[in-house]
Amino acid sequence: MSFADSKGLLAAKPAPLSRFAGLMRRMHIDGPLLGGLILISCFGLFILYSAVGESNRLLMNQAVRLGLAFVAMLVAAQLPPDFLRRWTPWGYLAGLVLLALVLVAGDVGQGARRWLDLGIRFQPSEAMKLGVPMMAAWYLHDRQLPPRFGQLLTIALMIAVPTVLIARQPDLGTALLIAASGVIVVILAGMSFRLIVGMGLLAVPGALALWSIMKDYQKQRVLTLLDPDSDPLGAGYNIIQSKIAIGSGGLFGKGWTNGSQAHLEFLPERDTDFIFAVLGEEFGLLGVLTLLVLYMFVIGRGLYIAVQAQDAYSRLLAGSISLTFLVYVFVNTAMVTGLIPVVGVPLPLVSFGGTSMVTLMAGFGILMSIHSHRKLLPH
Amino acid sequence: MALLSPIKDHHSERRLFVRRVIASAVVAILLLGVVIARLVQLQIVHHELFAEKAQGNRVRIEPVAPIRGLIFDRKGRVIAENLPAYQLELVPEQVSDIDDTLNRLADLDLIAREDIPRFKELSRSGPRFRPVTLKVRLTEEEIANFAIQRPRFPGVDFKPRLVRHYPDGKAVAHAVGYVGALNSDDLLRLDPARYAGTSHTGKTGIESSYESDLHGAAGYRHLITNARGRQIPFDSAKLLDSLPMDEKPAPGSNVYLSIDLDLQLLATRLMENRRGAVVALDPRNGEILALVSAPSFDPNLFAVGMSTAQYAELEGSPDVPLFNRAVRGRYPPGSTIKPMLALAALETGATNLTRKTFCIGYFMLPNSTHRYRDWKPEGHGPVDLHDAIEQSCDVYFYEISQEIGIDSMHDYLVRFGLGNQTGIDIGGEQAGVVPSREWKRDNFRNRDDQRWYHGETVIASIGQGFMLATPLQLAAAAGALATRGEHFRPHLVAAVEDALSGERTLVTPEQLASVEISSSFYWDNIISAMHDVMQGPRGTARAVGFNAPYTMAGKSGTAQVVSIAQDEEYDEEEIEERQRDHALFISFAPLDEPRIAVAVIVENGRSGSTVAAPVAKAIMDQYLGYGDNVVR
Repeated sequence: MSFADSKGLLAAKPAPLSRFAGLMRRMHIDGPLLGGLILISCFGLFILYSAVGESNRLLMNQAVRLGLAFVAMLVAAQLPPDFLRRWTPWGYLAGLVLLALVLVAGDVGQGARRWLDLGIRFQPSEAMKLGVPMMAAWYLHDRQLPPRFGQLLTIALMIAVPTVLIARQPDLGTALLIAASGVIVVILAGMSFRLIVGMGLLAVPGALALWSIMKDYQKQRVLTLLDPDSDPLGAGYNIIQSKIAIGSGGLFGKGWTNGSQAHLEFLPERDTDFIFAVLGEEFGLLGVLTLLVLYMFVIGRGLYIAVQAQDAYSRLLAGSISLTFLVYVFVNTAMVTGLIPVVGVPLPLVSFGGTSMVTLMAGFGILMSIHSHRKLLPH
Repeated sequence: MALLSPIKDHHSERRLFVRRVIASAVVAILLLGVVIARLVQLQIVHHELFAEKAQGNRVRIEPVAPIRGLIFDRKGRVIAENLPAYQLELVPEQVSDIDDTLNRLADLDLIAREDIPRFKELSRSGPRFRPVTLKVRLTEEEIANFAIQRPRFPGVDFKPRLVRHYPDGKAVAHAVGYVGALNSDDLLRLDPARYAGTSHTGKTGIESSYESDLHGAAGYRHLITNARGRQIPFDSAKLLDSLPMDEKPAPGSNVYLSIDLDLQLLATRLMENRRGAVVALDPRNGEILALVSAPSFDPNLFAVGMSTAQYAELEGSPDVPLFNRAVRGRYPPGSTIKPMLALAALETGATNLTRKTFCIGYFMLPNSTHRYRDWKPEGHGPVDLHDAIEQSCDVYFYEISQEIGIDSMHDYLVRFGLGNQTGIDIGGEQAGVVPSREWKRDNFRNRDDQRWYHGETVIASIGQGFMLATPLQLAAAAGALATRGEHFRPHLVAAVEDALSGERTLVTPEQLASVEISSSFYWDNIISAMHDVMQGPRGTARAVGFNAPYTMAGKSGTAQVVSIAQDEEYDEEEIEERQRDHALFISFAPLDEPRIAVAVIVENGRSGSTVAAPVAKAIMDQYLGYGDNVVR
């Protein structure tokens, strides 16, 4: 594609096949990335239809949200990286103000204060999923890389402030993911492995500190992971039922809409956080691998775009967006298969729900923008 | 800011970045590899285990109650059956406004307004898909009324179920008993596997004693249920792939009684507005032909369930309708024991057939001025043993009682089955009392009370004093007199029939130790005397028996309820109704080949020969084929 791109740009007149390719280029759309995302979304809708109990209404609901998310992607793709970079600090500061507002005046739902109602209801933490890596990339883009220790401390502060604000909502899952997206920027920027290992070692007392500030239900989730059978009807129920669903699916699965675990309501949160178990039950290992291959393709394309990017800001941001997507996929699938504690992370583009999908697709729009706004260089 | 930084080396930065991306990609592949390995572990390695767990999750075993065996009379007429009844149910999750729905049902008089809080509580407590029973049995009128209104009551409907029904409930209540809802005591006693799904169990009578035959065994049905236990309808058949086979319930066996429903209905009608009991049996094998205790009750009330007020009325009635007088009522047998005592006297040599006594209306023990009065104040004049039975002369028996002695009297009466449980095949039977010196020693504390007095022997000879017998015992004794001493254990069940194969197991009559009398001549004389009671020139019950188209024998009895002081005039009119004498009668027929023996007790009926004897006669007429009674 990049070859075709450069050929198209070098050639005075458009290549014969390329009325379509030309349109894509004018729209700043990356074909392979879009193709991968559309495939995942369609597969997701297919699974979701079964998971929501074959409800056409809920399916349409999700399709509309997906449409909105693709629009968000298109809009983001039109914004040149330079423009994004210039506005990054202001956007970041606005995000911090909104996060602080949430803690003061947010709407409460399910024991947490995550929503802000300023005419439209939204979660400022969603915006920070992009805001934090953008801020980290902005800070590093004109500095000599790898970053020095003092600079790392500055970035750590930039990451820590929104993370703590979000953790206070409380929304530990999102807070950790946002922190991860910032840390990924630093790692990609060349932070020395010695420091990474050192930080890893520091994670042990850090984890202990985290344990001490965790709420009881969060501690319970960790304990339940270690021994789900200790509380089979309580906190361990989700993990046990999800493992039964996936395991009973076998290699080929029970067939679409035939999953007894999902359809007889044994599987909790089957249309949101645990939808991966529905996939495992009804489509078996083959279905699960298909989805994982699609995810890997999208991540791989994202990393390729990052490598092709022409300035530090673009490549750090593109790398962080791609790898954060990987973190989402890994955390959700590892949680549903009982490898890590239950944290409320949806399976991207498949789980029912709209807000996080819009952010996600906006991120992919930025990737496309980075790729399509490159300037031609000699090499 | 940018000026302060060292010059950026774009090439080395980019190389560093590419190295980091490659490292990240390796980490990404490793992480996803871990997830894939986990998936292989769950879906391939442990697939069997999880498939089984998923199956166990959704399949629930539900017990299916067996159909209770039917009860028939000796001619195959239904005594207890199972009929569909409709009950009103409410499914909480289908009702949007429980308060409003219940109030409107109360407006239609389908439920009582004071029960509304209870139903609200019930519909809140259980799973929301589990129906709450609002009313157990709807009348046809209620069904019709509700059917019209049904669209206004989403979530409320009537459901059929099988309810035990006794078509002639009142007539058979004390013999057949009834079923009632299982209570916590029953659950401790019964095998939970057999009773899974069962709601009712036999509480009294045959329903209780033949419970194990009538009940059958529970079967099992496999249901697909969701996580909350709600049953999933079978049209989601795609989830049904490998459901285990169901096990059908084994229906209960049918029970055939030796009871003749016609006799039972007749006896019930004859005892209407009376208190007492009638027991008729076949002396040749001990089969009970009729067993009635009056007043009776409707056993269907127990099967369907009744209100507290209804139960309180039954339980609190002074006539104790729930009390089974036929097997539990203990009455002084009065003169009905005279034929048995006569045999004892002959056998022990206390008297002979020719000895005569001059009855002057009373008897006095030597060295005593206490007068033991005859029922006939002016006396019977000269009487021999035959006359003494025919006319029921008390003085003759007062006199010979001193020669027989209380212990010999006890021995012979016990051989006729008095003083011990007969062992009938329903529960709750009483043993009665046949006193003796030993009995008195065992049953009294006080030393003076433990002594046996001669006067007690005197009144025992006419079946008064300590002596008590149940109507069932008297019927069995009458049977033993009829067969000249052959004695069978009374029983109600003639056969048990397997409901599936139709194979019948007959109940073999159990012969008990015979009453041994040395000379058949004695039997002839005593039975002839009993025959004359009914059909002789001076028999006490000749008014009842003289025009019968068959030969019969009988003996009346009148038992004092209150003792009467010396020389006090006996004025029946002034005695409270409930203190009047009990009327008793035993009889059997026909003489040459007895087929039926009957004992009748009418509480406070005053005269055995005029009140109890006609009841016995009507029953024998009916059974022997001379009945002109239209029973139904």
